[in-house]
Amino acid sequence: MTGKKRIKVIMAKPGLDGHDRGAKLLARVFAEAGMEVVYTGLRQTPEMIVEAALQEDADVVGLSSLSGVHNYFFPRVVELLKENGLEEVLVVGGGIIPDEDVPGLKDAGVAAIFGPGTKTEDIVTFIQEKFSSN
Amino acid sequence: MEDLAAEVLQGSVRAMARIITLVENQDPRAFEFLGSIYPHTGRAYVLGITGSPGTGKSTLTDKIISVLRRQGHTVGVVAVDPSSPFTGGALLGDRIRMQRAAGDPDVFIRSMATRGNLGGLARTTADVIKIMDGFGKDWVIVETVGVGQDEVEIAKTADTTVVVLAPGLGDTVQSMKAGVMEIADLYVINKADRSGADSLVTEVRVRVEQDSHIKEADWQAPVLKTVAVEDQGTEPLLEAIENHRSFLEKSGRLEKVRREKTRQETLSLLTEEISCNILEKILGDGQFDDLIDDIVAHRKDPYTSVKEIVGTIFPEEQ
Repeated sequence: MTGKKRIKVIMAKPGLDGHDRGAKLLARVFAEAGMEVVYTGLRQTPEMIVEAALQEDADVVGLSSLSGVHNYFFPRVVELLKENGLEEVLVVGGGIIPDEDVPGLKDAGVAAIFGPGTKTEDIVTFIQEKFSSN
Repeated sequence: MEDLAAEVLQGSVRAMARIITLVENQDPRAFEFLGSIYPHTGRAYVLGITGSPGTGKSTLTDKIISVLRRQGHTVGVVAVDPSSPFTGGALLGDRIRMQRAAGDPDVFIRSMATRGNLGGLARTTADVIKIMDGFGKDWVIVETVGVGQDEVEIAKTADTTVVVLAPGLGDTVQSMKAGVMEIADLYVINKADRSGADSLVTEVRVRVEQDSHIKEADWQAPVLKTVAVEDQGTEPLLEAIENHRSFLEKSGRLEKVRREKTRQETLSLLTEEISCNILEKILGDGQFDDLIDDIVAHRKDPYTSVKEIVGTIFPEEQ
């Protein structure tokens, strides 16, 4: 198990809602897929999330939101990552995100949005494929 | 690749995070960087926090960080959680409890998965401590995985080891056992507002007293009570840690222990380097597989065969 690069994921819930079932489930799904997942818990500010990504040298930041704050929080995380020289970090989002918001989030630099009903293995595959080349 | 070691020494957090990843992955470049950082290490004080899962190690660590920061110290934290022996993945959850430090540029927290190491730390934890030390952190706090009874690597890694206990987990005999209970420089009874805390304090004090009858020791481990979530008992805990530190320094013990630590670390680096090189030679040609065939078929035995292989590598010693 040593001597091998493992995909490191920061799993975070920005904003004030307390619905972390999805985030927790995905944290476990990623760990089961062999990734190292830092679960940061509820009520994260974009600054806290980016700092965690910086210190943990994360490959992926997973954001989960249910309360409608995604249009502010997700792009803000992408922006702060760039400011800290972490533009290579893959940002993915999930939760309750209206379809019409998805193009805007993608334009802002969020790589993918996974809504309810997405198969967990599809999310895992999406991430693994992004890192299979390096 | 750029000179990450120089960047770390100049205070780049990003470079520190990246070197730690290389070290975790046992990347050959990591050793070069560690070599450049080493002359700048030896200044940080290393505090180990260990104990069973759920005793409150992370919450206590968070409170200790706060006290150290109020005193003006910079802090590095290595928080270790277990890797799955089945998938190799890991859920690293210690950071959740350390949110008060978030946003403080003088606190650097790194979660580490054990990646198959069984002693309560990751195999590369000692190297990660050195990177934080070289970066200039005054204190490095190492939180082990939730340990059972036998994971005592932290005692060889930290200057002061705190064993965290909580009431409700076992009877007196638990506190008499070997292993984790032996390595404490300080005991903390956390969740001390719960029932059973006082009797646990007594049990552990009895153990410490028994220890003083059984073995020569010039340090008697104090037993302290804390309620970490309420931030109760943290200041006295820090005082007790400082007491232990000055005991180590004044008695010359710190120097002795660190020398022994250096010896062990160098020895294991050497062992690893030698065994890697030699194993490459042995396993490189197909002969080893042929040998296994012979051993499986009971034409040869493994004990004599191993002696023979070593004999061909070091003929003069046989």
